[in-house]
Amino acid sequence: MTLRDYSLTGASSRLAQEQGLASATWYQTDIPRKTMKTLMKRSDGPAIRDTAIWLLCLVSFATALYVSWGTLWAALVFFCYALLYGTASDSRWHECSHGTAFKTPWMNNAVYYLASFMVIREPKVWKWSHARHHTDTIVVGRDYEIMGHRPTRVLRHMLAMVGVPQTWGTLKSLVRHAGGRLSADEQSFIPSMELTSVFRTARVMLALYALCIGLAVGFQSWYLALIIGPLPAMGGVWLAYVFGLTQHAGLAENVLDHRQNCRTIYMNPVFRFLYWNMNYHIEHHMFPMVPYHQLPALHQLMKHDCPPVYRSTWSAFKEVVTAMWRQRKDPEHYVRREPPQNPAEDIATTTMAAQTA
Amino acid sequence: MSNWIEVCALDEIDEEDVVPFDHAGHTYAIYRCPEGDVFATSGLCTHERIHLADGLVMDDIIECPKHNGRFNYKNGQAQGAPVCEHLKTFATKIENDTIYIEVAP
Repeated sequence: MTLRDYSLTGASSRLAQEQGLASATWYQTDIPRKTMKTLMKRSDGPAIRDTAIWLLCLVSFATALYVSWGTLWAALVFFCYALLYGTASDSRWHECSHGTAFKTPWMNNAVYYLASFMVIREPKVWKWSHARHHTDTIVVGRDYEIMGHRPTRVLRHMLAMVGVPQTWGTLKSLVRHAGGRLSADEQSFIPSMELTSVFRTARVMLALYALCIGLAVGFQSWYLALIIGPLPAMGGVWLAYVFGLTQHAGLAENVLDHRQNCRTIYMNPVFRFLYWNMNYHIEHHMFPMVPYHQLPALHQLMKHDCPPVYRSTWSAFKEVVTAMWRQRKDPEHYVRREPPQNPAEDIATTTMAAQTA
Repeated sequence: MSNWIEVCALDEIDEEDVVPFDHAGHTYAIYRCPEGDVFATSGLCTHERIHLADGLVMDDIIECPKHNGRFNYKNGQAQGAPVCEHLKTFATKIENDTIYIEVAP
């Protein structure tokens, strides 16, 4: 069995750079400049509306949990609250990290920091790791955000559905950063001029989480523990994790065409609200500066140039699970997504598959 | 010694927009601000060498189309993460409705 080195400082990283996979030119569907300008244009309206609905739902379910406390209804209410807390915050974090959700920068930043706190993710560190994810999407040794490591670690994925490895990993990195240290991988994508900010942010986040836990313990209140802090994040992350797996897992590594390593999926309106349209993931990766509310329009312009769309979340997730199950024993296996044939296309730029270490 | 290079006709760039311009192995980005004035910078983002001419112009700002890196294209100033290094700027002039930029000889 071939073991891959997913670290950013090892053999795979060197190989990716030697093979021209790092900071490479990626395939893009040809869309007229005037159309792209219209699609990229920012506005505050859709995100203000969606953020208001999201926050109102959170407050409503938190109130309902208080009212229903001690009854069986409380379990159902918490299930909904946790999804809004642990899954919807993930997509808000993501879109605001791109600076595209709102036109007004302070609004992007405010929701970004709020969502980072909720989803237990260091805002400074992830800003840089996500930039790298978009530069070198699913390039082994370059992309820090690959979820579908091969061979598949089944137990880790099961624990991740309730947020255990994510929360534990963030706790360790918060302590490391609060102490003024970066890991070797982090040093490869966070510039030195950002270090002070990374360390200061980690200290503030540790203090905030300690305050949340301290209040819950001090008041001996399970209600407080379930409303804010790690528990609602862990209780509601499962759907964000399912969404996250459908983005890239099981698809090709080390290609320079997002049509081969991303999935676009048709989802129901509730999922699209929770996920802020990131089901249009090929579109998002090919044109990351198009705001989430314009992705359906972008999809209409690009779908002729993309592989068939998955008809449901289930159809995509089923493919992911099947592929990852096989990758337990066969790390070379992956799902091939063939873009429509286009004779004018330079095949060499779109299928640069590479051996990994 | 100045070295003025012809870029394109003025009306080939919309107001609040940018076009690419390649010359002698270098890539430039040529902007028209909302007031109609013309500016020029190096054409690649200082973060990951992405072509800025594919990005969005918003008032005085050019946004990299890949990572949301933003620069003031009038003076080249980087506006914050993920861009840390300023853009190089170039002098421009308009003669007979034609845009010229001054590059190193």
